[in-house]
Amino acid sequence: MATPHDWSSDIYRVVRSRHITTIATVPDAGLTRVLALCDDDPDRRVVTLTSEQEGIGLIVGLWLGGQCGALFMQSSGTGNCINALSLAANVHAPCPMLITMRGDEGEGNPWQVPMGQAAATTLRAMGVTCFGVTQAAQAGATFDAAVNLAFGDRKATAVLISQQVIGIKHFEK
Amino acid sequence: MTGGERFKLVDASGRLRRRPLIASLFLHHDALIVTGLGTPTYDVASIGDRSENFYLWGAMGLAVMTGLGVAIAQPKRRIVVITGDGEMLMGIGSLATVANVAPTNLAILVLDNQRFGETGLQIGLTAGTTDIAAVAKGAGIELTGDMRSANDLPLASDVLFRQPGPVLYVAHISPEQDTKVLPSMDGRFLAERFRRAVGVDG
Repeated sequence: MATPHDWSSDIYRVVRSRHITTIATVPDAGLTRVLALCDDDPDRRVVTLTSEQEGIGLIVGLWLGGQCGALFMQSSGTGNCINALSLAANVHAPCPMLITMRGDEGEGNPWQVPMGQAAATTLRAMGVTCFGVTQAAQAGATFDAAVNLAFGDRKATAVLISQQVIGIKHFEK
Repeated sequence: MTGGERFKLVDASGRLRRRPLIASLFLHHDALIVTGLGTPTYDVASIGDRSENFYLWGAMGLAVMTGLGVAIAQPKRRIVVITGDGEMLMGIGSLATVANVAPTNLAILVLDNQRFGETGLQIGLTAGTTDIAAVAKGAGIELTGDMRSANDLPLASDVLFRQPGPVLYVAHISPEQDTKVLPSMDGRFLAERFRRAVGVDG
């Protein structure tokens, strides 16, 4: 069996090349490796949040002060961000997001399905441009495009990484 | 109200009044200011609109986190977040986030009138059991304080402007509402002039 594509390293390279200095997060299993890569980088800071919506305020504040941030979270956290996104929209702040999905085909916990299925819909309803990634090899290029659009057009963008890429969480006794 | 009464620091019951309090604390300081939506925005604008003020007109609960972002990006500047008790409670988790990041240049001033002033002065949770300074301390913000009278102002001013952050002060204020002073609601304009003021391209 071929070695799985290391999409986390691809994302981390984009974080570096796009000069994102702060990663705001409520962690997710699928984000573990990319968050560790960012945390080990002396030029980057990972800020752990109590709720994902805090990340929108943090990223806008960073941008007001001249730095670039990004929000990494699980799809269930997108629901916590909805009203917060009005801040990014009103000030036209770049707000790139990386979202690892739950609630896709094969999800083992039905409680994850409603928000997972609604994640892209609700983000788009708030004006966020969303790109889906279903193959690990696409993740880096798609995230790079999303960050570029966020800063070029001063808007919120999101890359949603499918459970096909990150794997299905199994619930076994 | 006569001209003289307008500048009195306390009301007839001896409670601090928000506008003279903000004027006393901030009129001669060059801190970067982030305000929570509603009356704190009008209070700060009442002492003079300036590029170094960033007003939130929505996104309730995000004032402290926006201030934290500015504090990280502008480590040489003092940042003061000025917000109300309701806005602070909606983003109360951000006190834990702030305490863990521990920015030495961030101060938080909560104007606590125990009410939702913007929506009709409905009673808030700090009129009941909730103590925001105590929550902040529990979150890990070691230097906190409460301001209840004019005597408390010198210490509060020292903490807000000179002590290493993160720090939080709660000003327990009169529920009286003043005439609205409305700065621009144009988020793009407010953001671009703030960025220019701190030396970033608009």
